[in-house]
Amino acid sequence: MSVRQGMLALLAEEPMHCYHLRQRFEERTGGTWPLNIGQAYTTVQRLVRDGLVELVPDGATLPGDDAPPADDGASPHRDEISSADDGAPEAARGRLATRSRSPQHVERYRLTAAGRDEVAAWWATPVVRGTPARDELAIKIALAVTAPGVDVRAVVQAQRTETMRALRDYTRLAAEQGPDLTWALVLDNLVFATEAEVRWLDHVEARIARAESGATGRSPSMDAGSQGGPASTGAVSGGAR
Amino acid sequence: MSGPVLLRLTGVTRVHGHGEAQVHALRGVDLEVRLGELVAVMGPSGSGKSTLLTLAGGLDTPSTGTVEVAGEQIDSLDQNRRARLRRRGVGYVFQDFNLVPALTAAENISLPRELDGIPARKARREALRALDDVGLREVADRFPEEMSGGQRQRVAIARALVGPRRLLLADEPTGALDSLTGEDVMRLLRARVDAGAAGLLVTHEPRFAAWADRTIFLRDGVVVDSTGDRPSPESLLAARPHA
Repeated sequence: MSVRQGMLALLAEEPMHCYHLRQRFEERTGGTWPLNIGQAYTTVQRLVRDGLVELVPDGATLPGDDAPPADDGASPHRDEISSADDGAPEAARGRLATRSRSPQHVERYRLTAAGRDEVAAWWATPVVRGTPARDELAIKIALAVTAPGVDVRAVVQAQRTETMRALRDYTRLAAEQGPDLTWALVLDNLVFATEAEVRWLDHVEARIARAESGATGRSPSMDAGSQGGPASTGAVSGGAR
Repeated sequence: MSGPVLLRLTGVTRVHGHGEAQVHALRGVDLEVRLGELVAVMGPSGSGKSTLLTLAGGLDTPSTGTVEVAGEQIDSLDQNRRARLRRRGVGYVFQDFNLVPALTAAENISLPRELDGIPARKARREALRALDDVGLREVADRFPEEMSGGQRQRVAIARALVGPRRLLLADEPTGALDSLTGEDVMRLLRARVDAGAAGLLVTHEPRFAAWADRTIFLRDGVVVDSTGDRPSPESLLAARPHA
């Protein structure tokens, strides 16, 4: 999830304080990706640096312009502490600027023309999957298939049980949730992604069974005590593609 | 889960065929399903899922081991008593609904009760109540072909739990339904189990198995694992934002 793009999309709806931006982000994504206020603050500062967001000039009136609570642990002054390792000069300037104001007068941000273009481009462009992220499970299964002495079926089953448990928990949450469409959609995403993992594990097991039966060769790890060799390893890897 | 055990399989083995043609469909399966509990069974084709369901419903008897439904050892009953226990105690839900096309929804539900000697008027009252329970009173006098797939399956669920039946056996109940309708059916199945039944669900759809309290995994006739009925330690259930 791009926090940066999400924040731009929210700022396109109305200018707001960093505090409100973070709050709105969590509300609108069902609270599934909680944002550290420091992270929110740093992201906004980078958007300012990139010319996509700007401070609303002093004195401008904004819709829904209520101040954040001063003692909720997320005031701008505390943001400064949590984002202090950012090191960006812009962030430092922002912190200095914020220090000189009371919580009732913190900065409000709005999109620049370039920011509006960026948001429009985001909505118009599909999310590109690009290079798959390193997936520990995929790596683990790939290694288990060829590692000597590893019962790959047991590895697959243990994972399937754990993933089903997670799927059941998401399903319970979804069943209990009220008519909150945002949260329902976020949960659906988790449910379908988790289900896909279970299906993939089923597929892995079927591939292994086929390899075991000799249709595409045998994996060294499926022969107890076998140390394996390049030829048989290749046969199973080929079958798993 | 702390309700009384409604279904108990102990050391159940089912062997088909003889000699070298022998096939072990199930090997030493132990399983308990309690009132208020929904258990899903998953596994690849040929793993023994359907055999398990058939034995649990008394449609077949184990080669060794015992099957108890509501405290009665079903495999030790003669055919008549077993049929009566099936009729009164066990309801089935299938992928293809298995409703009688020439009967209305209410008649489909009241039929097994009438076969069990309940007067037609009382059986109809029960059927209408059962339709109320699944939110389908308005289809009482419709024939199956006049209903959507989701409605048919809800009628089948109503029929499965009409009268004193408390054990619900479901074989791929969402197989013929689209994603959202399948979810509606699972929500209903879950609610009916919560309201006072025990359910055993065979499915190859992880998303629908996830409605169960726990899932057991069968492979080559053996239960190889179970999710248990407790949430994962790192579950979102503990960290949900809208708790």
